[in-house]
Amino acid sequence: MKSALPVLTVIAAILLIWIVAVVPMNIHLTADQAQRDGLAVTPETPVERQAYSGLGLTFRNPGLIAQTFVQERPRLPSPHQVGAELWKTVVDTRITSKRSLVYHGWVTLSATLLGFAIGTGLGILLAVGIVYNRAMDMSVMPWAIASQTIPILALAPMIIVMLGAIGIQGLFPKAIISAYLSFFPVVVGMVKGLRSPDMMQLDLLRTYYASPSQGFWKLRLPASVPYLFASLKIGISASLVGAIVAELPTGARAGFGARMLVGDQYGQPLVTWAALFAAAITAAALVGFFGLVERLTLRRMGMQTA
Amino acid sequence: MTETTISAAGLSLTFQTNDGPVHALKDVKLDIAKGDFVSFIGPSGCGKTTFLRCIAGLETPTGGEITVNGMTPEQARMARAYGYVFQAAGLYPWRTIGGNIKLPLEIMGFSKAEQAERVDRVLQLVDLVGFEKKFPWQLSGGMQQRASIARALAFDADILLMDEPFGALDEIVRDHLNEQLLQLWARTEKTIGFVTHSIPEAVYLSTKIVVMSPRPGRITDVIDSPLPKERPLDIRDSREFIEIAHRVRDGLRAGHVDV
Repeated sequence: MKSALPVLTVIAAILLIWIVAVVPMNIHLTADQAQRDGLAVTPETPVERQAYSGLGLTFRNPGLIAQTFVQERPRLPSPHQVGAELWKTVVDTRITSKRSLVYHGWVTLSATLLGFAIGTGLGILLAVGIVYNRAMDMSVMPWAIASQTIPILALAPMIIVMLGAIGIQGLFPKAIISAYLSFFPVVVGMVKGLRSPDMMQLDLLRTYYASPSQGFWKLRLPASVPYLFASLKIGISASLVGAIVAELPTGARAGFGARMLVGDQYGQPLVTWAALFAAAITAAALVGFFGLVERLTLRRMGMQTA
Repeated sequence: MTETTISAAGLSLTFQTNDGPVHALKDVKLDIAKGDFVSFIGPSGCGKTTFLRCIAGLETPTGGEITVNGMTPEQARMARAYGYVFQAAGLYPWRTIGGNIKLPLEIMGFSKAEQAERVDRVLQLVDLVGFEKKFPWQLSGGMQQRASIARALAFDADILLMDEPFGALDEIVRDHLNEQLLQLWARTEKTIGFVTHSIPEAVYLSTKIVVMSPRPGRITDVIDSPLPKERPLDIRDSREFIEIAHRVRDGLRAGHVDV
């Protein structure tokens, strides 16, 4: 609750900047529209108006400011337009409809969760391998890092086309791209976590003549839990980005990515913006969920959370 | 004649470093009898901790002989012949005090019933009854260190090795723990190896004080304490106590001069 005020302050600042920016961003459009509606606009022709910046044109036509907030196809939609579009497509539309963002959200979310599960599993296995096997320690990490330097936007269509060629379509290819983005933070975090016990704690187990597997289950694994949660929170949002990116290049018919593309291609910025916000809210909810699980788990384990 | 528990002869340990060999221990000869309370004292780098780790089989000597209960340190470690207490308590934050004490018992395969019974017993020994369900962060530093001693006692090894266990605690807590440690030693009749760099602590606790000096790490004096087994805290003001402390100080100084 302590964080409520700072968070609200930041949101208020962003909203303010957004609202202020709407006017100059949309003023040219608004002026053209007003002229078609027979209103007086200065300067009088669209060509002349192009010579003016958004701000310059706003100062010459202060009467049009109110109109910039309600354009049907604005360059920058105003907050209340995005809010209204979100409300319409989330609450007012049946979730079985192709226009419902809940429907599209579920399509993206299912790929996200599957990919996240694959990525997390793979990441934990790789981390255990890196910590316990010297050859893997020397070889895996550089490749894992290299894998993250390849632009996912370039890689995603290849993966989808190739998997499509061997008959794998739909959820799974998207999940692979999600996994590709989410395994990395898990590897990094888990390697650090599994290596977090210090020399003294390892020596203590040696004095008990503990076996390596006892060392793993009783010391290394529990010690890595706080690190794992930090990674999961990064991994889940990376997963969501992966699933959305996977929907963009291949003309997917459903999902947040598909909605963003449709909005762009058919000149419906509100659709794009609503999908964008829905994706951001989903990501925040997922990260918040894992934050909650983290708190409950660590409290149960008796470890105080910072 | 009491039986010898730990016996070292000609013991050497040389670490190879980038700056050349470091002689952590050179030609160390020492016999520790069963039931002895032996303190190792000396400046840092004198090899006192290294010697303790050699007894525990955590370091492998590069020369000489060492036996623990007539076995090699490695065999003794396998036989779980000793409990080791480190400078930091090193309790697992995700386990309760009881859970931490159970750790060695779980690893060594004691039954659940026996684990519970042993936890009760050692908690009594270190005066922590009622704290079984607390987590380490809920305890003071001194209590945490007592819990770590309980953990080392839980599986009934007859040797207790302690590496500056109270080094990080303040003087008052330290005095209190020293007193308790002596009582515990009297009750359990364990053989204790205790590393410290405090002269009063070494003299107050020990039946045998081993003075060491660095470069190379070696023993410069072994003092058999004439103090009685019963030692109230104010024994530290007695003439005998002060004489022994003097001898320890002289030994430490002698070791320093010839560097």
